[in-house]
Amino acid sequence: MVHSAKTGHPGGDLSSTDILVSLYFGAMRAGGTWTNAEDRDRFVMSKGHCSGAFYATLAQAGCFPAEWLDSYMQPMSMLNGHPDRNKLPGVEANTGPLGHGMPIATGMALAAKISGAAWRTFVLTGDGELQEGSNWEAAMTAAHYGLDNLTLIVDRNRIQQGAWTEDTIRLEPLADKWRAFGWAVHEVDGHDHAALVELFHRLPLEPGKPNCVIAHTHKGQGVSFMMDRPEWHHKVPSDTELEAALKELQS
Amino acid sequence: MAPQSAQRHGIGSSAEGVAVVSASAQLFDCRDAFARTLEEAAAADARIVAVVNDSLGSSKMGGFRKLYPRRLVNVGIAEQNMVGVGCGLANGGLIPFVCGAACFLTGRAMEQVKVDLAYSKSNVKLCGMSGGMAYGPLGPTHHSIEDLAWTRVLPNLTVIVPADPYETEQALGAALELDGPVYLRLSRMGVPNVHGEGQAFRLGRATKLREGRDVTLIANGTLVCRALEAARQLEQEGIAARVLNMATLRPLDEEAITAAAQETGCIVTAEEHSIHGGLGGAVAEVVTATVPVPVKIVGVPDVFAPTGSTAFLFEHLGLTAAAIHDAAIAVMRRKARKC
Repeated sequence: MVHSAKTGHPGGDLSSTDILVSLYFGAMRAGGTWTNAEDRDRFVMSKGHCSGAFYATLAQAGCFPAEWLDSYMQPMSMLNGHPDRNKLPGVEANTGPLGHGMPIATGMALAAKISGAAWRTFVLTGDGELQEGSNWEAAMTAAHYGLDNLTLIVDRNRIQQGAWTEDTIRLEPLADKWRAFGWAVHEVDGHDHAALVELFHRLPLEPGKPNCVIAHTHKGQGVSFMMDRPEWHHKVPSDTELEAALKELQS
Repeated sequence: MAPQSAQRHGIGSSAEGVAVVSASAQLFDCRDAFARTLEEAAAADARIVAVVNDSLGSSKMGGFRKLYPRRLVNVGIAEQNMVGVGCGLANGGLIPFVCGAACFLTGRAMEQVKVDLAYSKSNVKLCGMSGGMAYGPLGPTHHSIEDLAWTRVLPNLTVIVPADPYETEQALGAALELDGPVYLRLSRMGVPNVHGEGQAFRLGRATKLREGRDVTLIANGTLVCRALEAARQLEQEGIAARVLNMATLRPLDEEAITAAAQETGCIVTAEEHSIHGGLGGAVAEVVTATVPVPVKIVGVPDVFAPTGSTAFLFEHLGLTAAAIHDAAIAVMRRKARKC
């Protein structure tokens, strides 16, 4: 998709793919016949620039035909560079600028609490994205209102645009920060499907507390020449690189 | 469902009462009508929730909290989060009224207003309290004279600036009936009733408060009563001024503006907002594209205001009936010179 669109974020797409797959095919009531059901679980892709992985997951989950993926970022496509809920089935919130997903997901989880609905809300943020202050405003709100029906997953690949997070603006000690904000925290290998699914099935981690899952991942996971390389945050593979990457991913 | 119970009062008729911020005409705080109407609406519709940013008092939501404690969300002093939470509540099936000071609600959270509300078409009613110069002595940090320029450029976002308690009540009802985002801008400054009993309010339609063929005065919010007073002064000088209350800034009533340009040949706009980008700008955009006629914009000039009370600033910055009157005379001269 990134190759044919000639733009995109392949590194972050690959670091978040296993998380998305675990959510849509292991934990959430979403996709397929759930897509428009009122009591579906909600997912907010706060790192909207990784729409490639998100769209591929939604298509696989039956939200729309897989052929649509070929139109990614093409003129008049439903698949914008960043997700648009009014265009694409399965998208719950318009995202793109960072730091928007957490407040929106907090509002969704609050809506369920206020109206007594049983659906759960999941939100995936990047780690560099946590430098946006709006996340921490939402973190306080979610803890104050005891939103244990809300689960944040941090795609902790440690790389943001152009550099390592810890060299840009330090995030560590990340787990302690969330605990201090009143959240229940669990750290997990973000590429271990079984561990992720098992974790999502035993939510909430603590009653009355929102859940923070720090998923340790690798940018460019599955492609040796992209893995943990900052330049692949936002780079388009050449024909040769694409062929090599697909060979590695399919093996 | 349209809340109906606002008490009706006589139209403010005293020239003094209208020309200055306080005097003999009975003045009302539109926030009272807003709070009362919202409480009534919430009784009929369990989806209505209120969101505040430590602004319970300034939004007059104390009564709402007492009646519906579980439906009042206080996110603290966090406007970006507040607008995002509003979006999430709406996407979760509720109808949030997100209330806070207009200056912070728009300025601080402008990207959320654009992305989470307008672009997303989320059913959030954003209620900007104490717009314009309402926080007079607190200074330019707290004045909200840019909010209408910011909000009216956003597709999908309806922008309403009511002029009196009656229109506030009607606007809230109209916002509720609309499935989409609305920015409702309220003042805290006393205004007289300018609407007659049962006068129709229609979203996107200007209300003609006075007929006239020499000049049209188009105003919204707190300047509507001042435009009416200017028209009364002009009448004494033999000039018939049409007065339009343009409560809906977006979508704009282009038809009424074009008719005014055609039939009266010149226009004065008046608003409690910067002269750039608000009602004046919106009217000028229509006029230049349809029937180009002289337009004069009365509003806050291109400055950060000095310190002083709201009443002082209105006089100092020329947000007065006298200024509208003088602008009408000037614009009629330009009409006569055909420039």
